[in-house]
Amino acid sequence: MTVADWTTGEPQLVVLSCGGCGNVWYFHRPFCPRCGRPDPDEVASAGRGRVVATTVVHRAPSDEWRPLVPYTLVLVDLDEGVRVMAHAASGTAIGDTVGATFEERAGRLVPVFTPA
Amino acid sequence: MSYIAGSFATAFGRHEGQDTLGLMTQAATGALADAGLERGDIDGIICGYSTTMPHLMLATVFAEHFGIRPRYAAALQLGGATGLAMAATAHFVIQSKAASRLLIVAGENRLSGQTRDSAIQALAQVGHPRYEVPLGTTVPAYYGLIASAYLDGRGAGEADLAELAVAMRSHAVDSPGAHYREPITVEDVLVSRAVAEPLKLLDCCPVSDGGAAMVVTGDQVNDHCLRVLGSGQAHQHQHVSVVPDLLSYGAGPSSRMALDEAGIGLDRIRYAAVYDSFTVTLALLLEEIGLAPPGQAGALARDGHFSPGGAVPLNTHGGLLSYGHCGVAGAMSHMAELQRQLTGRAGARQIPGQPDVALLHGDGGVMSSHTSMVVALP
Repeated sequence: MTVADWTTGEPQLVVLSCGGCGNVWYFHRPFCPRCGRPDPDEVASAGRGRVVATTVVHRAPSDEWRPLVPYTLVLVDLDEGVRVMAHAASGTAIGDTVGATFEERAGRLVPVFTPA
Repeated sequence: MSYIAGSFATAFGRHEGQDTLGLMTQAATGALADAGLERGDIDGIICGYSTTMPHLMLATVFAEHFGIRPRYAAALQLGGATGLAMAATAHFVIQSKAASRLLIVAGENRLSGQTRDSAIQALAQVGHPRYEVPLGTTVPAYYGLIASAYLDGRGAGEADLAELAVAMRSHAVDSPGAHYREPITVEDVLVSRAVAEPLKLLDCCPVSDGGAAMVVTGDQVNDHCLRVLGSGQAHQHQHVSVVPDLLSYGAGPSSRMALDEAGIGLDRIRYAAVYDSFTVTLALLLEEIGLAPPGQAGALARDGHFSPGGAVPLNTHGGLLSYGHCGVAGAMSHMAELQRQLTGRAGARQIPGQPDVALLHGDGGVMSSHTSMVVALP
């Protein structure tokens, strides 16, 4: 199963959903991690959610990220019921309602949340 | 029945020219001497891993190198929880009679053996390879996310977290092997350069070279053994993105399991050895275990609660935050210090009134793997 999402260059977040037990999750695998049922449904997220954690990275891990510091990373609880890690606009705070955009950063497409 | 019969931590810091096997050898030699045992007395070995010497079979590589031929060998990988998990595994192995005298050893030239970028990138791989690492993450960034949720959820401030760094540094002043020993203030922490906000440089443990080892036995082989009363673990997630509750990670059930096996309550604990990779790590663990009320770990540290003269002395060698962090051996230094404190051999750092029961807790990954242990004088 190759889900077409930002990790494969498609500007979207994809949520997986189990047709058996109703579980929803984000890290893609071809089965439900709760009940084991194969072939989950792929649901394109509307990209809206609420910020639950933020950090501003000043020490980059590599040369490709160094020119981009400081950059903001967040954990966002999507309306579809899963939590995702992403970039965010500077100044984003816990509790903010945000929406996903997609930008090229450090040579790859990444989700960037901005105020909704 | 099993006993921590010997333990040893090398000095942590920059040990130019030392490699993984060399540091492991120093540590193993020290722990054997502390236990009063010889190589030939050891029939089991448990090792961790080294980022500067990745190998499929580190336990047997080291056994051959050091010169022992055990009938039990294993290598374990649980990030920062590895050291304590190895001690717990030795406890299980002894109970099963698969071996009776085990050497547990780790060491790594994590600081001098690679570039800082290499260390940061290797450690960042505890994150998800597809959904986290490609975002330019680092371990401090994962913990920065956690720290923001802690400060928001508990109503604590960055100055509260800073108190924990100040406390660990104040302990390291009298700790000759510590990586950093110059006293610091809350203000020093707050103005140190931002790494992954809200975490600043002095909220983060250093990357160090060093080694540590323990000998765990089924019999009391000397007069300074500690008895293992109980152990517990909890492994609720790997990646921070899927943590259901950013204020609760598994330290509670892990430590309760250890205390239950020991048959004692938290109020009986007279010394704590708790993983402190970042100030927020220590705050969250202390509070989830119940050694501090929610949001109050920093305030208790400020009041001296965790100092050598306080109610529950904590990491009196300086912890990871000041003694240093060289990977698997990092948190094993907590055990070496604890054994000296409980057996009255801590020298200038000896706690008045010599504590008799201690709780250890280790965490690996991003608050992912939890291991706890209760030890006491026999």
